[in-house]
Parts: sequence; C-alpha cells; structure tokens
Amino acid sequence: MKFIKFFFVGIIFGIVMTKSEVISWLRIYEMFKFKSFHMYGIIGSAVVLGIIQVLIIKKGRVKTMYGTEIIFTPKAKQWTRYILGGIIFGLGWALIGACPGPMFTLIGTGAWVFLFVIVSATIGTFVYGLLRNKLPH
Amino acid sequence: MLDLLKEPWPWYVGGPIIALVMFLLLYFGKNFGLSSNLRTLCSIGGAGKFSDFFRFNWKGEVWNIVFVLGAISGGFIATYYLTSPEPMQLHQDVIAEIKGFGVAVPGDELVPDELFGWEAFLTWKGFFRLMLGGFLVGFGARYAGGCTSGHAISGLSNLQIPSLIAVIGFFIGGLLMTWFLLPYFF
Repeated sequence: MKFIKFFFVGIIFGIVMTKSEVISWLRIYEMFKFKSFHMYGIIGSAVVLGIIQVLIIKKGRVKTMYGTEIIFTPKAKQWTRYILGGIIFGLGWALIGACPGPMFTLIGTGAWVFLFVIVSATIGTFVYGLLRNKLPH
Repeated sequence: MLDLLKEPWPWYVGGPIIALVMFLLLYFGKNFGLSSNLRTLCSIGGAGKFSDFFRFNWKGEVWNIVFVLGAISGGFIATYYLTSPEPMQLHQDVIAEIKGFGVAVPGDELVPDELFGWEAFLTWKGFFRLMLGGFLVGFGARYAGGCTSGHAISGLSNLQIPSLIAVIGFFIGGLLMTWFLLPYFF
C-alpha cells in the first residue's frame, strides 16, 4: 500500500502526457520542425517552474513527507557520454516520437505496438550495460 | 468541467502539471526519471548475470514501476474517458509533410495508425523503424544517464550542466532524424 501514492501520481502523469499530446509522434515531429510552440511551451514552463521549486527546496523550506532533506544527486562531470548518448537518444526519439514516459503511456491509449518498442528499448539499455566499459564516457 | 477536460490541454496546463508531478515525487523522497525503469526491467530479468551495471537492489525501484503502471492507466483514462472531441491542431505544413509519409488524415489520432498500427508493424520497414527507434532510445538514454524527464525536466530544473549537454544532444539527434533521415524510413 505504500506504493499507492506513486500509482496516483503516475495516473496524473499519464493523463497529462496524453491530453497535452506529448505522446504524439506528430507533436515531436512538429517540435523538431520548429512549426509549433506547443512542446517548447510544455517543456519550458515545466523547467521554469521546476527551477523555482528547486530553489525553494534548496533554501530548506520544503522537506520530504518524512521530514528528511530533499537531496539532488549531481550528475558526474563528463562530456562525451552526455553528448553522444544524447544524440543517439534524440535520433530514436524523433524516429518513433516517444521517449520512455510516453512509450509506457501509449500502451494505455491502446497503441499496443509500443509493448514491442519497450522490449526493444530494454534491449538497448541491456546492450549499453554490456558495452559500458568499452564506450567513451 | 468534464467537457473542458476533454478538450486538448494547452501547454500552459501541461507544463505546470508535469512540474507538479516532479514536485510530488521529490516530496515523496524520490526523483522524476522514467528511463531508469528500463534498467530495472533488465535487472529483474536477470541481466545482472551479464553485467554488474544491472546488479543493484531493484526492489528499491519498485515505486517507479508502480508510477509507470499509473502512467499506463492514465493513458487509458485520458483516451477512453476524456476523449477529445476534435482532431489535433497541427501546423498546415506539418499536415502536408506527414501526408507525404502515407498518413491519410494527420491529427485524427495521436499516433497515426498507418505508422504505428499492427499492419505497419508487420511490414519489414515498419518493424525495423519501431524496433530501431526503441533500441536507440533505450541505449541512448542510459548512455546519457537520463531521458527527457530525468535530464530535460529534472536536470535542467536543478541547473545541471551535464543535463544541458544531454538536452543539446537530444536536439542534435532529433533534428538530424527529422530533417534528413526520416524520409528514408517510410
């Protein structure tokens, strides 16, 4: 039962991804063609509000529901992995119009082929795990 | 009220709710990031036998799998109970270009059946496109250490330079695909 709250937040997430059309390949295509402000507005407003949130949290005003500090783990200071991994990710994102969140949400909308897309994405993550020590980071 | 919810949600509703989702997860003592679930799935499937990258206590990540199950349910609710009364409002140029990829009426559904339905999946081209796309997203997200939620939303909100680099990478890859490579996949 301690997980039920995550289920409900997940529902909110799935609904907003669907109703604001973030799960649509058409919107991703439109974004990369710079033909609509929609996706930039969504990501931009989420980030602006996110920055404000993080600032308030770091001032120590907000703690977790358990009263503990909210901790942000900084990412390792590397370059290669972020740019190369980012480019590979972007190629896939534009090809199928779905990053990991939408992939799962799309199954709920009845787009069953995304079950196979998720299998393929999981294999991709597995192959990264196998090659990790050979790749430049 | 219900009628209003059924309309497509504008960006100034969608973005703030995504920020709220991130806040709730932080408040629950967790982080907003979806792609780590793929690593968890590998680990549950026994990938730890092949790489120590998958040897971690995945039980600590079950909350995120539950979050994803919620997202699937949310997609279901939004599609079947909050069905939009009108087609998507896409840019005219986009509609024309997508028609060129073989979609009869771009925007009458969120993911065009001609490209994401079973019939498309059961062609060599469609199968290859969808499998390759999934693979690149799964591989790239882990290589970059996060995806749109982990880097673009969570990471940029925390003003992390690595996330900015990753997001720049997302756009380089996305622009290359959309402007130059995509026509070869249809």
